Amino acid sequence: MDFGDTVKVLRAIPMFAKLDPSKLKLVAFASAHLTFDDGEALFFEGDPSDGVYLIDEGTVNICVDSNGSEITVGSLTNRELFGEMAIFRNEPRSATIRASGSVKVLRIDGDMFLRVVTEYPETALEVMRILSEKIAKSMVSERTLQDRVQDLENQLGGGI
Amino acid sequence: MESSIFGFIFKHSRRQQVFLLLLTLVSFPFLYASLDLPKTIINEAVGGGVSFPRALFGIQSLQLEQIDYLMTLCGIFLGLVLINGGFKYWINVYKGQMGERMLRRLRYILFARILRFPLPQFRKTSQGELIAMITAEVEPLGGFIGDAIATPAFQGGTLLTILGFIMIQDPFLGVASIALYPVQMILIPRLQRRVNLLGKERVKAVRKLSEQIGEVVSGIQEVRANDTSEFERARFARQVGAIFEIRYLIYRKKFFIKFLNNFIAQVTPFLFYSVGGYLVITGDLTFGALVAVLAAYKDLASPWKELLSWYQTKEDARIKYEQLVDQFHPAGMIEEDRQDHRLDPVPHLEGAVVATNLSLEEDGGIKVVDGATFRFDSRSAVAITGPAGAGKAGMARLLARLLVPTGGNLRIGDAVLPDLPEPVTGRRMAYVGQSIQLFNGTVRDNLVYGLKHRPGPSAERDGDDRAAFERYVVEAQASGNTESDPDSDWVDYDGAGVPGPTDLADRLVHLLGVVGMDGDIYALGLQGSIDPERYPDLCARVLEARTRLRERMEGSDLAKTVEPFERTRYNDNMTVAENLLFGTPIGDAFMQDRMADNTYVRQVLHDTGLEEVFLQTGLQVASIMLELFQDLPPDHEFFDRYSFVSADDLPEVQAVVRRAESLGGVRQLESLDRRVLMSLPFKLIPARHRLGLLDDDLKARILEARRRFAEGLPAEFAGAVAFYDQDSYNAAASVQDNILFGRLVYGRQQGHAQVNAVIAQVVDDLDLRRTLMEAGLDFQVGIGGARLSNGQRQRLGLARALLKRPDMLVVDQALAALDPVSQTAVLDRVFDESAGRGIVWVLGQAEMMDRFDTALVMEGGKISRSGPARDVAGDLSGVAAD
Repeated sequence: MDFGDTVKVLRAIPMFAKLDPSKLKLVAFASAHLTFDDGEALFFEGDPSDGVYLIDEGTVNICVDSNGSEITVGSLTNRELFGEMAIFRNEPRSATIRASGSVKVLRIDGDMFLRVVTEYPETALEVMRILSEKIAKSMVSERTLQDRVQDLENQLGGGI
Repeated sequence: MESSIFGFIFKHSRRQQVFLLLLTLVSFPFLYASLDLPKTIINEAVGGGVSFPRALFGIQSLQLEQIDYLMTLCGIFLGLVLINGGFKYWINVYKGQMGERMLRRLRYILFARILRFPLPQFRKTSQGELIAMITAEVEPLGGFIGDAIATPAFQGGTLLTILGFIMIQDPFLGVASIALYPVQMILIPRLQRRVNLLGKERVKAVRKLSEQIGEVVSGIQEVRANDTSEFERARFARQVGAIFEIRYLIYRKKFFIKFLNNFIAQVTPFLFYSVGGYLVITGDLTFGALVAVLAAYKDLASPWKELLSWYQTKEDARIKYEQLVDQFHPAGMIEEDRQDHRLDPVPHLEGAVVATNLSLEEDGGIKVVDGATFRFDSRSAVAITGPAGAGKAGMARLLARLLVPTGGNLRIGDAVLPDLPEPVTGRRMAYVGQSIQLFNGTVRDNLVYGLKHRPGPSAERDGDDRAAFERYVVEAQASGNTESDPDSDWVDYDGAGVPGPTDLADRLVHLLGVVGMDGDIYALGLQGSIDPERYPDLCARVLEARTRLRERMEGSDLAKTVEPFERTRYNDNMTVAENLLFGTPIGDAFMQDRMADNTYVRQVLHDTGLEEVFLQTGLQVASIMLELFQDLPPDHEFFDRYSFVSADDLPEVQAVVRRAESLGGVRQLESLDRRVLMSLPFKLIPARHRLGLLDDDLKARILEARRRFAEGLPAEFAGAVAFYDQDSYNAAASVQDNILFGRLVYGRQQGHAQVNAVIAQVVDDLDLRRTLMEAGLDFQVGIGGARLSNGQRQRLGLARALLKRPDMLVVDQALAALDPVSQTAVLDRVFDESAGRGIVWVLGQAEMMDRFDTALVMEGGKISRSGPARDVAGDLSGVAAD
């Protein structure tokens, strides 16, 4: 994916929709285009957060550690942005992300991302809107996770 | 050190001064003859009234006609001029040599005294002051010492001779000509005294200035971080302002003295004219005598002036010297013989360390250690702990004999610790403090620093070097400097417990492991380069590693992570410049930023028809850069991180792009503009920038340019690039790059760690690790070790202390920069390493105390608790739990 395509892809992301074209191009120019093979981790739970990812092609799985083994709790696919929450909160990664099949992603440097979305008022409102959406979504997924754990416990309890 | 400058001169240069005096005296008759001869030439040879042939100098056998007579006299005159010049040259050179030797001696003495200063003195004296004193302040003293005796003797002699001549002509006029000398001799010293006081102030002000400069240089980070540059400028302005005031006053007074001298010198002729004239008129004095006296008086003025100016210089030098002596006589200096490096054998420290009522009082009466009494075996492990400010650090320094107690007793076995000579404490004890000083040099130099107590066998020299060194030794003796050869092997292998250099390296590597720095040094070795001529075998093994790495990667996922160098393939993960060069630049000629300026590169591009394409691409890159960066503030960090064009150059690039647009393309641009555009494509890395500006056709043409570049490389650039060659070692690149022989792929960042791991494995397989560690030992640490982290410096400091296998190791919270887990690990390894020898360790917390034999708990300078470490640790944790 060359520079021009990157710009187009980024333009389609709601958070960047209102961003000034030259700033968008700067983000595109400073981003890295990375390829991951099936099963490879983009990053691990607990890693320091230093970038935001956008899936160009393929699917990734969101995995979390559960008593020493990894379980998949969700997946993301084409044109989805992830990893920005950890950048906003300046916290380590809350989950491991693994490629499911061959995956191509854009990686935007965390510093660059934070600067662009906070330094320009046109993006700030958009960011707030998206963040609140994410929070709502994550609450739902947490509930799902809890339900699953409950199910598993029930199954195990039934087995004994 | 002699208390006055003349004491110093007499003690160290008496013989030379006497010789110089004799030389001056011997030169007198020749000088006199050269002054007298012209009279003879004019009166006898040229003037009439003399009959020829005539006997030369009354020697009857030498009868000469007039012309011969004249020529002979002129020849003699020429000879005398030569002899006089020769004398002057010889005397000056001799004076210069003597002065410089004395200067060298003085500097050496001062430096040697600094080495003997008691440590607390360094809190009162700044580095800047000491530097100013030894470098600038002593400099004029050397010049004065050369003139100290000879000048007054010569000028005084001349003065007396002329005065005698006047006296013979007429005693009364003789007295008149010196009538005002007493006035000068009373007035001038008085005025001079004030100048002297100012001179003292000036010296002090200049020292303050050096102190401030030194402080700002070492604290530059604070200045920048706090935006105090204006404050520092103001402070500096005040200092130089003060110096200006003093110097201005000195000038005024000096020139007033000069004025007074000149005035008095002119007043005397007034006496001659009035008194002498009166005497001539009354007939008491002949006219001829008056003229003669006047002429003689003229000659009198010059030596008298010289004497006065010598007096002023002398006063200046006297004060400078006295001030130096004052500064270099601090109380409590270590006696000279205690630093005598020749002590042999150096006894070991044995027995119990016993302190009775031990005290350490600082200036101002603060008791750092206050009546401490304790006892422990010098070969045991002792922990000192206590709250901050309890006196732990002071105690550690007392035990390491860096400080001398102000009260009480401190003994090791039979020896009184403060009386032990430095060769004993310096070799049998080691001290590692909280801040580690590293010296500018390699890691190895810094590690063996603790073993350089005395010179080993002199370095081997032959031919000219040998002669030069012999001269060096003779001169060193003449200036009272040490004759030790700084280039000899100073390392005390015995002290490190190894037979020689090879084993020492093993020992260093082992100790780096003990302090947990082996990994860092290995990494430094990997990043460093090695000299193929010195280590041909090593380079062969690196090439072997390259092959093995390639084999391992082939067919595995790692192959995707590295794009290898191949002469016939374009490498998408390196810049266009690197692709063209296909090698490592050596020196400036082919640095990336200079490529567009290089005429040979331009030639190659022209020949391959790439020039126009590069200009076009450059224009495109320039336009993109303008769009991306022109709105950013010039100091934005993105410029450094991402832009091809610096913020400063952006307006220029903008102007070029505008001109290209108005000219309808790059074709008609002027050469300066073309250069700006040409430089941009060289920075492109296709895999990273993905600008789509390099298509396959262009890449193929760059490959063609690569081929031409290498084939036609002119002789003048032969050494400016080390080409990548699959089968040879690239001396200009790092070891790591040599093994990798390719570039890490931008899109595969997750694989980089794996590649490093495989490289480490290959290195281990080939037994290269140890050798790379040695290369790492040659890493330059920078000034004060600035190129290493704080933790690395502390680890090196500890390794340096362990290397000399001290009977007693004193550590004062020296691992504070490390995390607790590493601290414990290093402590345990140090214990293993020092088995059978003593350890005194100041602990910040009581946590690791259970490893020690004895514990001393300090509070307010006193020992509040002591006993077996286990018990004390138990009590302390009990207290903490409460």
